[in-house]
Amino acid sequence: MLSKRLIACLDVRDGKLAKSVRFVDTQDIGDPVQKAREYYEDGLDELVFYDITASSDKRRIMLDVVEAVAAQVFIPLSVGGGVRSVADATDLRLAGAEKINVNSAAVERPALIAECAEAIGNQNIVLSMDIKAVAVSAACPSGYEIVIHGGRKPMGIDALAWALEGERLGAGELVINSIDADGTRAGYALELTRMLSQAVRIPVIASGGAGKPEHLYDALTQGKADAVLVASMVHYGDYRVSELKTYLHRRGVKMRMSW
Amino acid sequence: MTVIIDYDAGNLRSVQRACAEVGLTAQITNDAHTIAHADRIIFPGVGAAGSAMKSLKAAGLDVALRHALGAGTPVLGICLGLQISLDHSEEGDTPTLGLIEGRVVRFRLDDPTLKIPHMGWNEVRVVKPHPLLRKIVPGDEFYFVHGYYPHPRRHADVYAETDYERAFASALGRNNYFATQFHPEKSGRVGLELLGCFATWDGQPC
Repeated sequence: MLSKRLIACLDVRDGKLAKSVRFVDTQDIGDPVQKAREYYEDGLDELVFYDITASSDKRRIMLDVVEAVAAQVFIPLSVGGGVRSVADATDLRLAGAEKINVNSAAVERPALIAECAEAIGNQNIVLSMDIKAVAVSAACPSGYEIVIHGGRKPMGIDALAWALEGERLGAGELVINSIDADGTRAGYALELTRMLSQAVRIPVIASGGAGKPEHLYDALTQGKADAVLVASMVHYGDYRVSELKTYLHRRGVKMRMSW
Repeated sequence: MTVIIDYDAGNLRSVQRACAEVGLTAQITNDAHTIAHADRIIFPGVGAAGSAMKSLKAAGLDVALRHALGAGTPVLGICLGLQISLDHSEEGDTPTLGLIEGRVVRFRLDDPTLKIPHMGWNEVRVVKPHPLLRKIVPGDEFYFVHGYYPHPRRHADVYAETDYERAFASALGRNNYFATQFHPEKSGRVGLELLGCFATWDGQPC
């Protein structure tokens, strides 16, 4: 039987690890290559790097980070942040990323998903969605809206409709990132995650809000997620990757337990 | 020399990096002569069967691969490399290499909550011993990502199975050819161990 996945997300700014709280006030917390290696050796199932470098002239630093990580971490490596074209995706793939995450640029130009899927394969294109709860309206009948640019710009697009459109355009996987829950450590947005996971046939990754091991359990059971993404829980040393996996395993969630 | 066959089918450098980690220096090449005369061949690939077959044939790599197999060169197929070694793929209704009798079919799952592609870590159960699988112990999981799976005609060609609603063949082999549906290069320690076994494999199935 397929295991649920524990994924760690490393936000990287100018080549250094950063972690945001509600998408503002980012602070540097270490060397991404060293962290990646540490998590890999402790049983992490997958790694995501998110490039939050503001200026495009520093993008090369990210490619160097990806390359350094890919040389010593032998699990799937996913990279996102600022991917606007097939060329961006291809550069990251050559540097060693398995999967490419698209987010804001795909909302602004949905054809990007299809173009990337065609170029690098459906299974390697991940649609990352930043989502905010809103009042139900004609534009957002699900009560969830897509926001972009790190949560700053609401788009008036319904999250459920966008998830289905992303799947149709060829995304191989979805990241459901709740802006409301992000950085709060109060738990994932379970209702949102469940709604989207049940609506699509592709795997869904819950993101944003994990603070305790039971939050992971809830997302994988009630939230019907195929994988959970963690950041601050492991970055600050509150929990070890192996500890979280052992916890989930003991509660009956199928996890990969030998590494 | 060990070669990784380059036929525009995905990220070959991750395979090369994992080989380097186990001390196997591998050259990525699309040169038919180099492949035909290599000491050891890795035949990886992700993507669609149809375009993969087209690229292989256009460069004469199918002929080179057959030549090497005939000469007893150890060959490791990975993912799409495995899939196009059978006779036919349902993906794009594509005739494939026919190194092993059988076909590749799309997952048709009764359980609507099971996702397609089959993506993530899953147990690889050894059903017949093989030198490349000798380090695997019960419970070891490997990384998979695929929407189609191999259905070989002869059970004798199946070395490992994996469950996704039903059991499917996750490792196949015959003589000096061996292939995995999973990605050893992305499967952490157990994957590296399999590649390490390949690095010294003499091409004999037992």
